Amino acid sequence: MRPKITLQGVSKAYGNGEALPVVDALDLSIREGEILAVVGPSGCGKTTLLNIMAGFVAPDSGEVRVDERPVVPDKKGILMSQQGSVFPWLTVRQNLMFGLNGAHGGDAVATADQYASLVGLRGFETAYPYQLSGGMLKRVEFARALAVKPEILYMDEPFSALDAQMSLRIRNELLNILQTVRKTVVLVTHDVEEAVHMADRVAVLTARPTRIQTVFEVDLPRPRAVASTGVQALRAAILRELGVD
Amino acid sequence: MTRAMIARARRTAPSLVVFAVLIGAWWATVTMTGSLIFPTPGEVLTGAWGLMQDGTLFEHIGASLFRVAAGYGLALLVAVPLGLWMGWVHGAFLTLNPLVQILRPISPIAWIPIAILWFGVGNASPIFLIFISSVFPMVLQTANGVHGIEKRYLRAAENFGVSRRKLFSQVVIPAAMPQIVVGMRVGLGVAWLVVVAAEMIALRSGLGYLIIDSRNAGNRYDLVIAGMVVIGLIGLVLDGLMRLLESHPSVRWRYAS
Ligand SMILES: Nc1ncnc2c1ncn2[C@@H]1O[C@H](COP(=O)(O)OP(=O)(O)OP(=O)(O)O)[C@@H](O)[C@H]1O
Ligand SMILES: [Mg+2]
Repeated sequence: MRPKITLQGVSKAYGNGEALPVVDALDLSIREGEILAVVGPSGCGKTTLLNIMAGFVAPDSGEVRVDERPVVPDKKGILMSQQGSVFPWLTVRQNLMFGLNGAHGGDAVATADQYASLVGLRGFETAYPYQLSGGMLKRVEFARALAVKPEILYMDEPFSALDAQMSLRIRNELLNILQTVRKTVVLVTHDVEEAVHMADRVAVLTARPTRIQTVFEVDLPRPRAVASTGVQALRAAILRELGVD
Repeated sequence: MTRAMIARARRTAPSLVVFAVLIGAWWATVTMTGSLIFPTPGEVLTGAWGLMQDGTLFEHIGASLFRVAAGYGLALLVAVPLGLWMGWVHGAFLTLNPLVQILRPISPIAWIPIAILWFGVGNASPIFLIFISSVFPMVLQTANGVHGIEKRYLRAAENFGVSRRKLFSQVVIPAAMPQIVVGMRVGLGVAWLVVVAAEMIALRSGLGYLIIDSRNAGNRYDLVIAGMVVIGLIGLVLDGLMRLLESHPSVRWRYAS
C-alpha cells in the first residue's frame, strides 16, 4: 500500500542557548488507512512528533509529506490535542458545526446533529462542554473531527483522561466507526494495551531525543478482546522492548 | 419558613446587624454631642425625602447616569476593538502598550484642568474624564483576554480552516469575553467614581454637584450624606447589573467546571 504520511530525517530541538534535542533524525512511513499507535517513555517527544506530523510545528531539519506533498495543517488531517480542544464557549452543536463552513445554515445543523447522535450525544446538542462528563467531552472531540470528513486523525492520548471502563467503551465505539469510514489514524498513547487493542502497527519510540526503536505488526483478528492471550502476549513483548519489567 | 429562606436569612443577617449597629452608633453620637452641623440618620432621611418630592434628586441622578452612559459607552466602543487588536497583533501591543501604561496611572483628577481647557464646563468635560479613566482598564483586560487564549484552541481553529471572520466571532472574541466582562465591570466602577468627582467642578447638575452645592449653600450636611448614600446605592446596582452579565452562558463557561 502506498504511504499516506512519510517522515524523513525529522529532527527538532527546543530552547535557546542550551538546546534540548527532542526528535532525532526520525524516519517513519504511515500507510493509507492504517491505525498506527505510537508509544514511548513519558516526555520522550510524542506530542512534539505528532504536532510535527500534523504540520503545526516545523522540524529543524527533515521533512513531512502527506500524499507526497509537504504537510500543511488543514482539514485533511485533524489533530486532537492531549488536553482536548473542544471550545468551552460554544455549545455541542456549535462545536460540531465549527468546521462545516462549506455547508450553509440548515445543512450544517443537520450534519452536526447527525454526528452528535453518531457518538451517542443526541439530546445534548445545546449543552455547553462544562455541562458534560469527561467521556462525553471526548465524544464531542471525535464527532467534531469526524464531521469534516478528514482523511487523517492525529490523536494525542485521547483516552488517558478516562477511567478504564469508559476508555474501553469509547475505543470500541471509535473502532466501529472507523470500520465504516476508513481513515488513517496516528494514535499517540502511553498505554501499551490500548495500542495493541486499537492498532495495525505499534511504533515504539526511544527516550529523548527520540527515534523509532521498533515497529510491531499487530496481526490479530478484529474485534480484539483486551484480555485475549494474543493481545496480552504482544503487550508483554512491547513492554519488554520499552524496558519495563 | 422554608429551608432556603432560613439559609438566606443566615447569610444576610450579619451584614444587616453591622448596618444597624453603625447607624445606631451614628445616631447616638450625634444626639449626645448635640452637633449643630452633623445630621442624624433621621434628618438625612427627611432631607432625602424632600429632594425626592420636589424631583431634584431624580434630575441629579439622571444627569450623572447620562454622563456615565456617554463616557463609558464611548470608552467601551474604543476599548474592545483596540484591546482585541493589541491582543492579536503583537506589533500593535509592542507599539501601544507603553503609551497605555503611562496614561493609565494618571488620576482622572489630574486631567480636570485639561478637560476644562479642551471641552469647557459643559457635559463634554465629565464625559471626557469618564472616558479617559475607564478606557484603559478595558483595553488592557481585553488584550489580556486575547493573550490568554490557549494555543490548543487556536490550533484547532487553524486546523478546521475557518475564515478570519469566523475565527474572530467564534474563537477569539468568545474566548476573551470573560476578561472583557471583567474589564467592563472595573471600567464601570471607575466611571461611577469619576462622574461624582467631575461634577464637583463647575457643573450645575449631577450627584457630585448636589453634594458640593448642599455644602456651599448653607451647610446642608443632611443632603450631603443623602447624596453619598444615593451614590453608594446606585454603584451597588450598577455592579449588580455587571454581575448579571457574568452569569451569562457566554461568560459562565470560564468559571464553571
Ligand atoms: N514548546 C516547547 N518549548 C520547549 N520545550 C518543549 C516544548 N514542548 C515540549 N518541550 C519539551 O520537549 C520534550 C518532549 O515533550 P513532549 O510533550 O513532546 O513529550 P511527550 O512524549 O508527549 O510527553 P508526555 O508523555 O508527558 O505527553 C519535553 O522535555 C518538553 O519539556
Ligand atoms: Mg504528550
